[in-house]
Amino acid sequence: MKRALRLLPLAVADALALYGLVALGSQRSWWMFAGLLAGTAAINRIYLSRRAVPAKYLAPGVVLLLVYQVYVVLYTGYAAFTNYGDGHNGSKADAVAAILAGSEVKVAGAVPYPIRVMERDGRLGLLVQGRPAAGWRPLTYGEIVARQAEITALREPADGGTLKTADGMTATLYRATLTYDAATGSITDGTTVYRDTGRGAFTAADGRALSPGWKVFVGHENFTRVLTDSGIRGPFLEVLAWTFVFAILSVALSFGLGLALALLLDGHRIYRSLLIFPYAFPAFMAALLWQGLLNTDHGFVNDVLLGGARVPWLSDPWLAKLSVLLVNVWIAFPYMFLICTGALQAIPPTLSEAAQMDGAGPWRVLRTIKLPLLLASTAPVLVATFAFNFNNFNVIYMLTGGGPRDANAPVDVGSTDLLISLVYKLAFGGASRNYGLACAVSIVIFMVIAAVSLAGFRRARRLEAA
Amino acid sequence: MRTLPILTALLLSGCALAGCAQDERAAEHKPAATPTLTVWADDDRAAPLTRIAARFEQDRGVKVKIVQKAMGNLRDDFVSQAPSGQGPDVIVGPHDWLGKLVQNGVVSPLDLSAKASLFSKVALDGMTYQGQTYGLPYAVESVAVLRNNTLVPVAPRTFDELVAKGEALVAAGRAVHPVGLPVDPKAGSPFHLYALQTSFGSRVFGEGGDLEIDNAGGLRFAAYLRKLAQRKAVSTSLTGDIATSAFLKGETPFLVTGPWDAPAVVKAGVPFSVDALPPAGDEPARPFVGVQGFYISAKSANPILANDLLLNYLATPEAQKALHAAGGRPPAMTSVRDELAGDLVMTGFAKAAAEGVPTPNVPQMDAVWADWGLSQLAIIAGEGDPAELTRKAGDKIRAKIGYS
Repeated sequence: MKRALRLLPLAVADALALYGLVALGSQRSWWMFAGLLAGTAAINRIYLSRRAVPAKYLAPGVVLLLVYQVYVVLYTGYAAFTNYGDGHNGSKADAVAAILAGSEVKVAGAVPYPIRVMERDGRLGLLVQGRPAAGWRPLTYGEIVARQAEITALREPADGGTLKTADGMTATLYRATLTYDAATGSITDGTTVYRDTGRGAFTAADGRALSPGWKVFVGHENFTRVLTDSGIRGPFLEVLAWTFVFAILSVALSFGLGLALALLLDGHRIYRSLLIFPYAFPAFMAALLWQGLLNTDHGFVNDVLLGGARVPWLSDPWLAKLSVLLVNVWIAFPYMFLICTGALQAIPPTLSEAAQMDGAGPWRVLRTIKLPLLLASTAPVLVATFAFNFNNFNVIYMLTGGGPRDANAPVDVGSTDLLISLVYKLAFGGASRNYGLACAVSIVIFMVIAAVSLAGFRRARRLEAA
Repeated sequence: MRTLPILTALLLSGCALAGCAQDERAAEHKPAATPTLTVWADDDRAAPLTRIAARFEQDRGVKVKIVQKAMGNLRDDFVSQAPSGQGPDVIVGPHDWLGKLVQNGVVSPLDLSAKASLFSKVALDGMTYQGQTYGLPYAVESVAVLRNNTLVPVAPRTFDELVAKGEALVAAGRAVHPVGLPVDPKAGSPFHLYALQTSFGSRVFGEGGDLEIDNAGGLRFAAYLRKLAQRKAVSTSLTGDIATSAFLKGETPFLVTGPWDAPAVVKAGVPFSVDALPPAGDEPARPFVGVQGFYISAKSANPILANDLLLNYLATPEAQKALHAAGGRPPAMTSVRDELAGDLVMTGFAKAAAEGVPTPNVPQMDAVWADWGLSQLAIIAGEGDPAELTRKAGDKIRAKIGYS
C-alpha cells in the first residue's frame, strides 16, 4: 500500500510524459520526442531502482534546473548568433509563403465565382462550372474543414490569373506580382530578381530587400556590432560605465548607511524596527511611489518639502542619476542594516573589551577590531548585492524607465539605463526589436558579472583567511 | 517481484491517460469532428466575442476558444508564437500593428470586397497595408474634446478660442486648468496634439512617405505649442490621469481624449458634449484615427473557418453592435453607426474620427513616436528653440529609420 502510494507521483509523471510523447509524435518533433523519452526512462530508472538514493533527491531539482535555467541559457546563446528579431521572425518557407501571399492582387473587376472543391485520389481541385471530369467528386463541408489549409493554398490557373478560394465556396481571380523559383531559391517580379544572399532576406542586386525575411545564423556579428557599430558602441560604453557606478555606489552607500545606523542605534529597539519598513515594502512598489513623490510639478518632494520648487528630479540627466541612486539606497539600506546588526552582534564583546583595556578609544576599536571582522563576514553579501544591483531592472524601469532619453543616440537609450534595461529595450522596446543583439548583450553582461564576482569572492576568501 | 511496480505504474498511467487518449483518438480518426479555432482578445472584447462565437460553434459544429490576453502583450506574443504554429487563428487589435505583423509575415491577407461597402472609408484605409487588405474593422476611434456644458455652453470654433474660454474661467476662479490636454511626462503627447499639428499643414509622412513633422507647417506648430505652454494651456506634468480627474471634478472645462475615457465621465455625472478638436492653424484639424479590427494568422491551420467567422459572423450589424456596446468605441460599420445616432457621445467621437486619418501603420512609425514626443516635451518645458528642437527631432527620426 505504502509502496503503491509512493509510486503514484511517478505514475502521474509517466502519464503526462506518455501524453507528451503522443503529442510530439503527432507533430513529428522527433528531437523533442527522443529527449522526452530519454528523460522519462532515466526518471523511471532512478525511482524504480533500490539503489541510487542520492539521485532520488537530486532528480527533481535537476529537471527544474534543466527546464528553467539550462534551456534558457542555451537558447540565449543560440539566439545571440542569429538575426532573430523584427523582420527575421520565422523560417524561410514561412517568409516565401508570406511574400507570395502579400503579392497577390485581385484582377481588376474580378467577381467571386461559386465553386466546388473536388477531390480525386487525394488530389484537390476547384470546379468553377459544368460537370467534373471522371473520377472527381465534390467534398462535403466536413471534409473541406478537415483539409482547409490545403484548400486555401490551392491555385488553379485560369484566364488572366489564378483562382484561389478563401471560404471553400467561392473563388476569385488573382494575379501574383511575384513568383518564387524553387530551383534557384529566388523571387522575381519579372524584371528584378531577389536572391537569397544568406543573410536571411531576398535581396535585389541594388540592395532592396523583400519583407519579411527569416531567421539565419549570422555568426559573431551581434557581438562585433556591439563593439564596432558607432550607433551602439557609444551608448553601450556609457551605459556600461554608469552600470558600474550605479552598482558600486548602491552597495557602498547602502552598506555605509546600514553600518552607521547599526552602530548608532545599537539598543534602540523602536528606531531599529522602524528602519525595517522600506525592506518590508516591495521594491518595485517603492520605486513607483517615489516616481510620484519626485514629480516635478505635483510631487510631494517639490511641492511640500521644497516649498513649491520645480526641481526636475527625474527629467534632468544628472539629477535623474542621483534620484535613482538615492531611491535605491532607500530601498536597500535596511537589508544592510540587518546584516550589519547581526554581524556586529556576532563579534565577541571580549575583543572590544580587551582593546579598551589596552587603551584604544571607540574609533580605534571600530577601525581595527570591528570593521575587519565585519568585512570578513559580510564580503560575500556585498559581492552578491553588487551582482544584484548590476542587474537591478525593477528600480530603473519603475522609476525613470531608463530616461531621460539620450537625444543624440540612434538607439533608444537614456541616462539612467543600466545594461539590463538596455537589453530590455533592444529586445522588446523601441523601434525595432532585435532579440539576437539583445541576447549578445546579455551574454556580455553575464561575462562581466562572472568576472567581477569571481574576483570578489577570491578577495572575500582571502579576507576570511586573514 | 521486480516487474510488479512497473506494471502498477503502467496501469496507473493508463487510467490517468484515459481522458486525453480519447481526445487523441478522436482527432486521429475523424479529424473533422471538432476543429478548434483560437481567438486572442483583451478582456474588453472577450465577453461579446464569446456570445458571437457560441452561435458560430452551433452553426458550424466547431469549437471556438477565446483566450483573454492583456492588450500590451498581445501583438508581441502573437508575432513570436505564430511562426511555431502554436499561435492563435485570429487576433483582435488596432490597425497600427499591421506594419509589424506584415514585416514579420504572421498575418494573412483578407478579401474584404464582398463586405467593403458596409464600412466607412477611414476604417478600410486603416486595414490596408501596401495595397493589400489584412483585417476586418469593427471600430474607429480618435481623440476629441469633451466640453463641460455648464462651464462652456457653446463649442469654440478655433483652438485659440477654446484656450481663451478656459483662461477666462481660470481667471474667474471657476476652473484650475484652462484645458485638460494630457501629456505623458516621459513620452510627450504626439497622439493628442496631432490634430493641432495637421491644422498647420504638417503630417507625419507625406505622400511619398517622407517625414513631414519638421516641414514649414511643423515649425509653425512648434512655435504655437511653445505659446500654448507659456499660456499654461499645456504642461509636462498634466498627465492623462490628472487631466481626467480635473475634468471629472469640474476643474477644467475641456478634456482632450478618446472614447475610452467617456464611460468614466458619464458615470461621474458631469454634463458634457463631445466636439471634434477645433483647428489652430488655417487647415482642418485631422486627428489620428485608430481602427480596431480582427486579423487572421498566416500560420492558421483553420483559414477557412477563420475567414468564415470574420466575414459571416463578425461583419454583421449584430456583432458590430455587441462589440460597440462592450467597448463604447464608435462602430466601423456605417449602418450600425447611423442606427445608434441617438447616442450623442458616440456620434461626437464618430464625427471627430471621420475627419481624421488613420495612424500610419508602417513599421517605421515605431521609430517616430519617441523623438517626436521628446521634442514636444522640450518645447513645452521651454528648453531651447522650438524650430531647432523640431528640426533636430526630424533628423534623428530620419537617421533611426535609415539605421534599422
